[in-house]
Amino acid sequence: MDTSANKDRAVLPESTVRVDLRINGRNYVLPDIWIGENLLYVLRERLGLPGSKNACEQGECGSCSVLVDGVLVCACLVPAADASGREITTVEGLGRTLADPADSSGKHQEVQEEELTQQEEGVQELSGPAMIASSIPMPQLQDISVTDGMSFEGVLSRMHPVQQAFVMTGAIQCGFCTPGLVVAIADLLNHNPHPSSLQVREAISGNLCRCTGYGRIFAAVRRAEELLAGTA
Amino acid sequence: MPPMPSVPPMPPMPSVPLAPGTTREGGWQESSGPAGFSGPFATSGLIGSSVIRPDAVDKARGDFAFSSDLWAEGMLWGKVLRSPYPSARILSIDTARAQQMSGVMAVLTWADLPGDQVFGLEAKDQPVFAHDMVRYSGEPIAAVAATHPELARQAADAIVVDFEPGPPLVDPDEALSAPAIHEEGNVFRHIALRHGDIEAEGDVVVEGTYEVGMQDQAFMGPESGLAIPSSDGSVDLYISTQWLHVDRDQVAACLGLPPELVRLHLAGVGGAFGAREDITIQVQLCLLALRTRRPVKMVFSRAESFLGHVHRHPARMWYRHHARRDGTLVKVEARIVLDGGAYMSSSAAVIANATCFAAGPYRVPSAAVDGFAVRTNNPPCGAMRGFGAVQVCFAYESQMDRLADALQMDPIELRLKNAICPTDRLITGQVVGGTAPVAEVIRAAAEAPLPEPASGDLLELPGGAGRCAEYDKVVRGTGFAVGFKNLLYSEGFDDFSTARCRLDGDMATITCAAAEVGQGFVTLARQVATETLGVTKVRILSGDTNEIGSAGSTSASRQSWMSGGAVLEACKAVADRILSMAADTLQVRPETLRLSGGHVVSGDGIPLISLDDLTRGKPVEESVVFHHRPTDPLDSEGQGNAHVSFAFVAHKAVVDVDVELGLVRVVQLSTAQDVGKVLNPLQLLGQIEGGTLQGVGLAVMEELLVADGIVQNPSFTDYLIPTALDAPDIVVARLVEEPDPLAPFGAKGAGEMPAISSTPAVVSAIRDATGLALSRVPVRPQDIANG
Repeated sequence: MDTSANKDRAVLPESTVRVDLRINGRNYVLPDIWIGENLLYVLRERLGLPGSKNACEQGECGSCSVLVDGVLVCACLVPAADASGREITTVEGLGRTLADPADSSGKHQEVQEEELTQQEEGVQELSGPAMIASSIPMPQLQDISVTDGMSFEGVLSRMHPVQQAFVMTGAIQCGFCTPGLVVAIADLLNHNPHPSSLQVREAISGNLCRCTGYGRIFAAVRRAEELLAGTA
Repeated sequence: MPPMPSVPPMPPMPSVPLAPGTTREGGWQESSGPAGFSGPFATSGLIGSSVIRPDAVDKARGDFAFSSDLWAEGMLWGKVLRSPYPSARILSIDTARAQQMSGVMAVLTWADLPGDQVFGLEAKDQPVFAHDMVRYSGEPIAAVAATHPELARQAADAIVVDFEPGPPLVDPDEALSAPAIHEEGNVFRHIALRHGDIEAEGDVVVEGTYEVGMQDQAFMGPESGLAIPSSDGSVDLYISTQWLHVDRDQVAACLGLPPELVRLHLAGVGGAFGAREDITIQVQLCLLALRTRRPVKMVFSRAESFLGHVHRHPARMWYRHHARRDGTLVKVEARIVLDGGAYMSSSAAVIANATCFAAGPYRVPSAAVDGFAVRTNNPPCGAMRGFGAVQVCFAYESQMDRLADALQMDPIELRLKNAICPTDRLITGQVVGGTAPVAEVIRAAAEAPLPEPASGDLLELPGGAGRCAEYDKVVRGTGFAVGFKNLLYSEGFDDFSTARCRLDGDMATITCAAAEVGQGFVTLARQVATETLGVTKVRILSGDTNEIGSAGSTSASRQSWMSGGAVLEACKAVADRILSMAADTLQVRPETLRLSGGHVVSGDGIPLISLDDLTRGKPVEESVVFHHRPTDPLDSEGQGNAHVSFAFVAHKAVVDVDVELGLVRVVQLSTAQDVGKVLNPLQLLGQIEGGTLQGVGLAVMEELLVADGIVQNPSFTDYLIPTALDAPDIVVARLVEEPDPLAPFGAKGAGEMPAISSTPAVVSAIRDATGLALSRVPVRPQDIANG
């Protein structure tokens, strides 16, 4: 029952739209995407930023938490077109907004302007530009490296304190909820550097985790609080 | 194929220190358990230390590639069309309109399947695609590949199926006598267990009927994968699963391909809990890729995930306990009916567990237990954390409370009086053997201190953020439960794991197909290699199904024992060869040498030869296949040495209940667990906290509601799992370390036990607060408010 192979492989659903996104300090232009695509889909499938996760796609689990103009949202509930022109921070951008410890001047890392177009011989390539292929790792997953010749402490120091805390306190098991929780907790501690236990519970009650029972995640919040306050 | 990035080996992973007063390095000292995890890093990396997960950094950064994160040039999107009916004849399937749609590259049905039409873990009774019948709502009928996921969805919608719906068989008790809905019949398995004197009577008899609702594993990472075809007709499938090789065997049979042409690779797994033991999208993905000659990716929506994988079996259980006046158990009678849904999955093994463990971890001289797993038109059920032990634990612990009440005896005392010992027999006739610190876990959990009274903060009262409870209507209750389960596979199953160790210079490479699903096997494998070989550079590879043999399933609390054992033996074999090479060179006896710090060292630790000098460029490699001791099948009366080993657990629960509104807040759970030996305190704590909370979910909120065979709540909006606000404080009162003589390191599997006794402990506490009988989980507000 195969269909004929001469149908164009690059076809979009009807109704397309141009979207301009600024994500983690970089600009992206998507000249022609289906209007029904949400921000999560565009991040994950078009821009090579799969860190935001797709656990429910209806705003119930928080796995896709990102910041849009500094507001914590579920990327699955935001039409990509609505995010046009806004400042978006994803889990991939959290650590990268910190001062680069390797840079003695302490300046924030230079952001790079980049324009992605999806025109390829007049054909829309749905899965994103070919350059993304090498940026999405194929699974070699039990051998994940944390180094580029760096010490473990060096690797940690380039991460956001909330990410460091998750690693150090055992808050990660399968890790699927982790990116969303990291973004949500970074946002919490940004607004409330010393939350009460109940404030923590309420703040992350929109982020579901099925592995940990939340105990080590609470511990990670406390560790992150100390790291951010410089008392760790 | 997309390029495989070459990945450098990892530096030594740091570990967090143990609780004060705990010594770990180089030995097997008793531990007081993980009481605190603060302070600077230690770097031993050895067994017994809280080594950090090697994948933690990438997971925290969002760089870890889960199966739904994969991408390939020219990739298509797959979508499955499912039956809306629980029972219907299929009169016709018309795919013409779907096939003509722009961007749609394939529309496939049963007629396109070149190999077996059916698959299954225990019996091949489940169609890949429904042909003339659908037997559950959600059964796959067709699969589509298109250039955009929305087009794939529209194409699936455009397939016209002419159904003739019939009345679904949805009552598991009726299934026993109803006309068969499948050629294999309606009874997956009936075990008529008879033990001891079945005519025996007790002075005191208590009877009850209990029900467990359908729980879902509700892992976070949806079913997903990427299949990439090759020009030689073979296919690579990157998939999240619990058991690569059994997936491979089933997929290859359905594709009509030799197994070696179907290469399965473990992609990042977003939790499993049993739901990934059966194949779900594997065949469809490979078939779409082979037919379109394009890579195909598929990701389930959350609704599809709820419909697309097996669930925990709902149970109806009748029990009658007989005891002497002094509380000594005389006999347990039970009838257990598990609803297996439309297809068998692992139902036969689940009912075996439920039947074998029906009397609990108690000395029960006589028993008559009839266990049935039956076929209905409800969603198929199979493996979930606890695997049959969960359902019966709720029933037998409810019975023990009821018996204590009838005897006017302290419930803890009653349990201690009957606690099973290694020399006692289970109701299967098997001598428990090994270690069975049942009394120890009961005492430790029972003695755990109680929490402070409710603060009165509305957020801390039942109803939480709903802010609806009234402080003076809230009653606190305390409850207790103990449970147990087998470790590893049972009933004569040939259970093994395969591992390979290769040492090249001072770097070890371990290859083992054990599925890392979040539990931390990758951490343990590193610890084993570090401890055995004295090296800190360790790579852990899962390999593909052609590169290494099966490691068995990540289930049955078995991977630390089985694959940990395989890795240990492979590393030891390499160490032995290196030590004899060194002994030859040094002209000494190998027994005088050991490996440490990347060197062969003398007995007193003086470095003699570096591993670099010995093996650089001439690596030493060993592979092993590790088996556990053989077991026997159950005989016709449910008797036999069917299990390898057992682990025991107890929970004490504290709840606050608004008795008028029926709202429950679980305040605290204290637990003690028989773990054999602690291998990684931090990871063990994670298993205990996570498993305990899943048990809380079953106690008070989690149920997949099925009406006339149709799931009513396939979303996280309506299927509630505990949030951070629902999570109680979980206190590890004690980890009992009595090494299991059969187990590598003496360590018992620990993943399932926390999910077993937590549920009945919580319900016991709600009974304590309300005085209600509460014979069904989850306990719903109306069960309390309406009495």
